[in-house]
Amino acid sequence: MRDALEGSQAIARAVALCRPQVVAAYPITPQTHIVEALARLIADGLLEAELVSVESEFSAASVVLGAASAGSRSYTASASQGILLMSEVLYNISGLRVPVVLTCANRAVSSPVSIWNDHQDSMAVRDSGWIQLYCADNQEAVDTTIQAFRISERTELPVMVCVDGFTLTHTLEPIDLPEAGLVDAFLPPFHFSRSLSAARPLTQGTLVSPEFFTEIRSLQHGAFALAEQEILAADHDFANLVGRESGGLLRVEGDREATVGILAMGSVYGTLKDAHRSGLLGRPVRILCLRAFRPFPAGAIREASEGLSDLIVLDRSLSPGSGGIVAHEIRSALYGTGKPPRVVNFVVGLGGRNVPGGIFREMLEALEKNPPAFSFFDLDPGKLPLPKDSVLPTS
Amino acid sequence: MTPIPSLPSSVDMTALRKVQPRFSGIESGHGACQGCGQALAARLVLEAAGPDVIVANATGCLEIFTTPWPQSAWTVPWIHSLFENVAAVAAGIEVALRAQGRTTRVLAFAGDGGTFDIGFQALSGMLERNHDVFFVCFDNEAYMNTGIQRSGSTPHGAWTNTSPAGRVRQGKRHFKKDLLAIISAHGIPYAATASVAYPSDLRAKVRRALDVSGPSFLLLHSPCPLGWGHDSALTISVDRLAVETGLFPILEMERGQVVSSMKIRNPRPVREYALPQFRFRHLLMDTPEAREELEHLQALADANIERYGLLSEAPGPRDSGGADTIRRGGSRWG
Amino acid sequence: MVEIRIHGRGGQGNVLAAYLLATAAFFEEKFSQAFPSFGAERRGAPITAFVRIDSTPILRRSQVTSPRYLILADDGLLRVPETLSGLSSEGAILVNSPHAPEDLRKRLEEEGIPLVPGLRIATIPATRLAMEALGRPIPNAPLLSAFLSLTGLLSTESLGRAFAGRFSGDLLAKNLALVSSGASLVTENLWKEQPIHA
Repeated sequence: MRDALEGSQAIARAVALCRPQVVAAYPITPQTHIVEALARLIADGLLEAELVSVESEFSAASVVLGAASAGSRSYTASASQGILLMSEVLYNISGLRVPVVLTCANRAVSSPVSIWNDHQDSMAVRDSGWIQLYCADNQEAVDTTIQAFRISERTELPVMVCVDGFTLTHTLEPIDLPEAGLVDAFLPPFHFSRSLSAARPLTQGTLVSPEFFTEIRSLQHGAFALAEQEILAADHDFANLVGRESGGLLRVEGDREATVGILAMGSVYGTLKDAHRSGLLGRPVRILCLRAFRPFPAGAIREASEGLSDLIVLDRSLSPGSGGIVAHEIRSALYGTGKPPRVVNFVVGLGGRNVPGGIFREMLEALEKNPPAFSFFDLDPGKLPLPKDSVLPTS
Repeated sequence: MTPIPSLPSSVDMTALRKVQPRFSGIESGHGACQGCGQALAARLVLEAAGPDVIVANATGCLEIFTTPWPQSAWTVPWIHSLFENVAAVAAGIEVALRAQGRTTRVLAFAGDGGTFDIGFQALSGMLERNHDVFFVCFDNEAYMNTGIQRSGSTPHGAWTNTSPAGRVRQGKRHFKKDLLAIISAHGIPYAATASVAYPSDLRAKVRRALDVSGPSFLLLHSPCPLGWGHDSALTISVDRLAVETGLFPILEMERGQVVSSMKIRNPRPVREYALPQFRFRHLLMDTPEAREELEHLQALADANIERYGLLSEAPGPRDSGGADTIRRGGSRWG
Repeated sequence: MVEIRIHGRGGQGNVLAAYLLATAAFFEEKFSQAFPSFGAERRGAPITAFVRIDSTPILRRSQVTSPRYLILADDGLLRVPETLSGLSSEGAILVNSPHAPEDLRKRLEEEGIPLVPGLRIATIPATRLAMEALGRPIPNAPLLSAFLSLTGLLSTESLGRAFAGRFSGDLLAKNLALVSSGASLVTENLWKEQPIHA
């Protein structure tokens, strides 16, 4: 059913369509509306689930770990500091191979304090063993949430659905919520092969000596190869039911024959595509929208980059002392291919800074001026505590 | 009434005992130290709880010595997540079971580190939200798994590797946290303390805890021969002294009120408790500092006795002499 | 695409105003988008919200920096330099103010804040209307209905439907009455544009 919904409300309704039995969360801006909406759905009898309003994100993650291990479909959501507070449990959930879905309402990480959007939080836990899917708009957030449960339960890997805080979570727009029957057809009832049961007592979370540790870690890594197939299959099967795709692992749009590309993750993609469509880019550009950051689809990235001489990679997070995080991995994926494009990494939109449609043309123009491999593209040197004529460390 | 026939002498009592079905949640063959109080305590708890349980276990010795992959000593479903989240994991299991309409009981096991200190927040939250979880703290009064460091539960004056005794310090400077009071301040239906030296009392408390609906809590004193520095054969007798000195009062609380206590038949001086333990050895030196600290420890024990009225007026079957089934020759259900 | 920026203060329901406009557009089968630019939310703090309305799907997610229209829930915000940022002389401002547009313009000029010549300004006393009807200074209903009446962008019936999705009973009835009275205070289609196109 089509409705004008705030992103958070829509995500909550999508979660409810997946019939979780346990929802646990701790409020943090900008995730709060999702959990509040779920609480109302439960209070109104529209969702039959146990809502556990825990005393911290650490416990939120722990509760869903316990609940999913005991055989219930479980959901949580957080952002920013909350994701970092959860981080130890996030590793644990994935290591135990417990299927759980989490919405990350992407937000900057303190310090300095910022309640606004960037990708630092989810990037900080990129190695925690969670599948990470980044949503370009709220329709994708809804569809990806539903797909996430199936992906998670088939791969026994937890899935983090990354949704730009405020930019998506607080944006009201027309959204189609699939009929419950369609979701039921897509997503079978929860079944966890190793659920805790007195009838079949299993020991989980054991001590593993050096003799076995590498093998177990390799199994976890191997599961991500299967996850690539499951992500594609989920998107494909869901599209067959509702008539729209969410971008698989990676979407290629714009001018496919162009020799210059821009790669984005999350909601910036929409503004970029709008700039392209409105002729604001000033030249043909191939647009790459990366949806799956974990598993990292190196093959798809290589394929999508064929024929490019330059690839601008937008990062909305930072690894201080290194540079952008996405670009780092893109370079790694392209290294050793026949004619890899020059990868130019621009960090933009940190801590909620507006990313206007005009900025992409400036980036394309900057390409001509031999830009450093990494720079803060929207940095205003005038705001730095340095004389303007000082040389800024940009690479 | 027909008298109960006596067993014919041809029955081999030992063999009979072996074939009797007795539930054990932790099988023998695990890797605990000799005389481990926690291994005994966990076995006794599960013996009383029965097989229809799910155990969530915090990080600690119990997890390490029972689950070296690919082996497991557990015969009940068991999950270990982290050090500080066992109460929340157990809460998650409990809500899931509730949502599924299952009646299996949920037990959370943690050491004093995972209860008094790093796990306290999750525990307090679990109690406040009234989850139907039985939380058992195996209290050996220090971080033993990491090699004997002080915890919020370490007694005043005790030596650990992070509260060493030296020329100017006499072991831990701070008090043992009064956890039971904090727990019971949550107003939960049932909270109690127990000691491995009193198995019958312990079993009764486990059954009682599992009978209540809502959260219940057991602080279970479990000596660690390695960390306390006593002979492995002395686990029971040392822990009996912890009770008989008044240093570890055996109590039951309902909704924040003390409803029963184990009376001490023959109060012992703390010196006697300290004597077999390395962790208190520095308090037995002939120095003014050591004497002062030992007096201090004695005062803490005396304060407990007074606070909970632990002195018995007359010997009783449930006091520290009566409930001590081992001293009385092994009548298990005494 | 029509881009609208709403300026107000925390507690006035400005984010809701943006949502109501976008929802009204949805009811007319247009594409729309509304989102706030939150500060750390506090009562009385300046707040900005953005609305886009178009006949095709809206991809752009940047903040509205060159709005066609401004809706100001508080005339004091004209004194905040950022308020008029990006507004062209072809733009128009609807201000919640007890003063007539000319008076407002004159007052601002006296304070050294000249407005762009030719900039269209309309005012309605939305707070007074809201206080009379609701007993609370929530200017949304008269302000939004006056805006729709001036621009002909959407029907006030669609706005009423959007209100009906958020309120019920007495409160809804009062808001619907405010929708009517707000619209009646301005000249219909004074700012009428060509139909929305891509």
